Amino acid sequence: MIRFIVQRFLGMLVTMFFVSVMVFIIMELPPGDYAERYAFRKFSGTGVTVTEADVNNIRVKLGLDRPAYERYFSWIWGIVTKGDFGPAFAFETSVNNVIGQRLWLTLAILFSTLIVTYLVSIPIGIYAAVHRHSIADYSLTVLSYLGLALPNFLLALILLYISVTVLDSSVGGLFSQEFEGAPWSWAKFVDLLKHLIVPAVVLAWSATAFQLQTVRATMLDELNKLSVTAARARGIPEWKVLLKYPARLAINPVVSTVSFDANRIFSELPIVALVLGLPELGELLIKSYIDLDMFVAGAILLMLTFMIVFMNFLSDIALAFLDPRIKLEGG
Amino acid sequence: MSTNELSQRELTQQERAVQERESQEALRYYSATQWQLVWWRFRRHKLAMAGGLFLALLAFLGIFAEFFGPYSGVTRNTDYLLGPPQIPRFWDENGFSLRPFVYGVTTERDPVTLRRIPTIDREVRHPIRFFVRGEPYTVLKVIESDIHLFGVEEGTVHLFGTDPLGRDLFTRTLIATRTSLSIGVLGVLIAFVLALIIGGVAGYFGGWIDYGIQRLTEIVRVIPVIPLYMGLAAAFPREWSTQQIYFAMTLILGLVGWPTLARRIRGQLLTLRTEDYVVAAQIAGASAARIIGRHLLPAFASYIIVDLVISFPYLILSETALSFVQLGLRPPDISWGILLQDAQNIRAIEQAPWLFIPAAFVVTAVLSFTILGDGVRDAADPYTVSGS
Amino acid sequence: MRNSIGTSETSMNGTSLDGALLKVENLRIAFRTDEGQIQAVDGVDLTAQTGRTLGIVGESGSGKSVSTHAIMRLLPGTAVIHPDSSIQFRRKDGTVVEITQLAPTGREMRAIRGGEIAMIFQEPMATFSPVYTIGNHIMEAILAHEEVSKQEARERAIHLLDRVGIANPSRRVDQYPFELSGGMRQRAMIAVALSANPSLLIADEPTTALDVTIQAQILALMRELQEEMGMAILFITHDLGVISQIAHDVVVMYLGQIMERGTVREVIKEAKHPYTQNLLQAIPRLESLGQRLHAIGGRIPSPMERPPGCPFHTRCPQAMPGVCDKAFPETTHFSPTHEVNCFLYEGS
Repeated sequence: MIRFIVQRFLGMLVTMFFVSVMVFIIMELPPGDYAERYAFRKFSGTGVTVTEADVNNIRVKLGLDRPAYERYFSWIWGIVTKGDFGPAFAFETSVNNVIGQRLWLTLAILFSTLIVTYLVSIPIGIYAAVHRHSIADYSLTVLSYLGLALPNFLLALILLYISVTVLDSSVGGLFSQEFEGAPWSWAKFVDLLKHLIVPAVVLAWSATAFQLQTVRATMLDELNKLSVTAARARGIPEWKVLLKYPARLAINPVVSTVSFDANRIFSELPIVALVLGLPELGELLIKSYIDLDMFVAGAILLMLTFMIVFMNFLSDIALAFLDPRIKLEGG
Repeated sequence: MSTNELSQRELTQQERAVQERESQEALRYYSATQWQLVWWRFRRHKLAMAGGLFLALLAFLGIFAEFFGPYSGVTRNTDYLLGPPQIPRFWDENGFSLRPFVYGVTTERDPVTLRRIPTIDREVRHPIRFFVRGEPYTVLKVIESDIHLFGVEEGTVHLFGTDPLGRDLFTRTLIATRTSLSIGVLGVLIAFVLALIIGGVAGYFGGWIDYGIQRLTEIVRVIPVIPLYMGLAAAFPREWSTQQIYFAMTLILGLVGWPTLARRIRGQLLTLRTEDYVVAAQIAGASAARIIGRHLLPAFASYIIVDLVISFPYLILSETALSFVQLGLRPPDISWGILLQDAQNIRAIEQAPWLFIPAAFVVTAVLSFTILGDGVRDAADPYTVSGS
Repeated sequence: MRNSIGTSETSMNGTSLDGALLKVENLRIAFRTDEGQIQAVDGVDLTAQTGRTLGIVGESGSGKSVSTHAIMRLLPGTAVIHPDSSIQFRRKDGTVVEITQLAPTGREMRAIRGGEIAMIFQEPMATFSPVYTIGNHIMEAILAHEEVSKQEARERAIHLLDRVGIANPSRRVDQYPFELSGGMRQRAMIAVALSANPSLLIADEPTTALDVTIQAQILALMRELQEEMGMAILFITHDLGVISQIAHDVVVMYLGQIMERGTVREVIKEAKHPYTQNLLQAIPRLESLGQRLHAIGGRIPSPMERPPGCPFHTRCPQAMPGVCDKAFPETTHFSPTHEVNCFLYEGS
């Protein structure tokens, strides 16, 4: 088992390395380099004419004259050893300052979304499979079609519209005005939880549609297994048969796809965050892309992807505990 | 007694005829090609058929958008900024009219804000005429015309209302349909070609090439898709024309779309290579070309088609999402995402909910694609018995 | 009434069961499908005696599995048991219950299932859930029927594994099904079935998936356990060779109806029904080396299109047109135990 965990951990590190290279390539993609954009941004409109020499000075000062691989290693070295993600020019400060508490708010949104997704999809998926061809089952199919077709950001817009026209209040943001800049307190935390509900429901919308289908399908598969009939033949009560055999195994694919769900949620998060005005990483990512503030964008892309890779590692280990076949064959 | 016997013989003759018909049907079934079988199964899937027909209709409306819409996509009606939809009617309190009509519009300036406010004048009726001459346009780069399906001779008709610049939302939505659907088609094609090459190489050569490609696809898949698209789209030079951006967008959608497809193709190839009937063909001395052409391709062509249909909605949604946050296509191009930009803030949709109409097109198109994909998948799977 | 075969006269006083453990009378089961009702079992009578093994022989689709699942009330929701059917079972306390009257998931039926009637299946791998240990399965069965502590159940589980011939049972009890060999899994499944001392064991093709040598070991084990514990066994198989090794009495089924019944000697040595004779000819034998094997011509018809009359007439080499396709034959007795439903012997 320990060998299995070490193996998976090393695999995770390798993936993270390659991801960081990909992210660095994306950071390098926009035309021109960081120094040019920095100079343009700093001096445009000030009347100062910027010469090629000035740009070169900035280049040397930031170490941008070095070859790409050296820059990559100094960038990643700063992240690994000092947790320093580089400069952010949009705010004339470091990336770390710009990101601030957004990382934690992003995690809060991720986990509340996952909780909503599983609280809805697992029990309902199991119910739909057990009561196949019932009205509840059919309406679920319709609902999951809609979940796939109605993009989250449109759902967010619709909710906003309803809240403004019908409820006469806005559902956007993560904090009420009085807590916006306030230090953390219990009241602020409760306020945050209240504000998390709408983003979590919006983001869970399509993830739930996917998981519902998965849970229902595996549950149907498992229900037809001989082991279920055999358990009934042993005289086990029906509810216990259902929970101990098919339902227990229908959880496995859910656990193994947690990182896919995180991936889907992070994919949809930026646009939903923009619509709902959530102060987290996705919204900042769009801003930094539009401003071509690539150190910020790279840092966010890296953080989001690392979270996904880490969750994949955790789900691998959880799965090994849930399924003895993996545990005994992999370690 | 004899009549009884006679009727019995008739019955048996009838029965024989029935049996014969049945056996003919069975013969038709067993001798049908794979594609005929798929088509028969698909036709039974009523919902998927409806989805397919609806998409065909959308595509048709999109291709001839300038004909179906009364105005061009960029003409501004400065007298009717952010105007609500004008719904054609046949009757009102002033009586019935066989020809549908819309009301006239007069604009007044708000005395305080000095903004022009369009007001509907119920006394003025503008009859709607069909096949009227209007603004000239070119369809499919060759057909030039100035005939529109419908229009009014005096006043204006805006079925879906107008946007903040006074442009006709109906025409713009149809043009956007063309843009968004075509970007999906091109994106899927690019993804398909890439996947076929890369997945084919991986599946055919195996070994370390396969391993390397596998790892690469895994890495690409682990990065959240939309942020990745956005990163690539952010790199477009500002000075690019809308056409350059359009093609760059299809390329990006294709580029990021290939790993899933490539994985499927590779997996299919690897399993098929060891199928008994392929091995049997090899032992029988069939050439590699014959094996690929006669055995491998038909076996997974249906899977690939299913995958293509299923990946459409993702590409369309991605394009819409990217353009929506100004990281995809840019105005003056018109796509669903660009139209929805106007509906981005609450104030706008509160004031002009009709700006949300393009969203209905997105949802129904994606829904149709999903249902169609389900139908095609069921039809292509040789192990499903019925369409449900 | 047309299908009440043989034994019905002797069971007039239903509750006594004449010393039998289980008495199935006129069992008729239909499945509701989109294409209408399918009659899977049509008037079957069976009797199980303590200490004896009744072999039920038939091809797939003959209704042998459906009949035994009906005894356990494990049929899916689409199955309908005809109201005239009767399944009487004598419980351990001596009372006789009518199983068709019990609720399938009710308390009494559950107490009977596993507690008094146990079942073993063809695929031991699929019978066990891959995520629980062998011990977990056995202990679950024990704890479902008896008030014992977990520790006690575990000790009993180890003892049972030892009893069915699994070496090193205290280690095996904590292993997962996929860590055991096929034969061992089959032994473990028998251990699960025996955990609550059943008076009737239903074995649904338990040796079909096994090698011939392992098959012989399992059959020997079952005979041995039967002698020791005195239970009745219903043994389902399509293999007359296996039947000759384990059964005392045999019933031959075809398309949900009984063709022939008798002691194992009568059915194997003096088969009367053309179907039984055909089945026997289809068994490869050493003494007939070099001769052609006789396969039964044609395929077993789908239950959706049951032939009228005797269902076997479409494949029967001795079928009499105008007779066999009109009605189901009456029962002919050759001895008190040997009876056949075939027009060839009617009136003789």
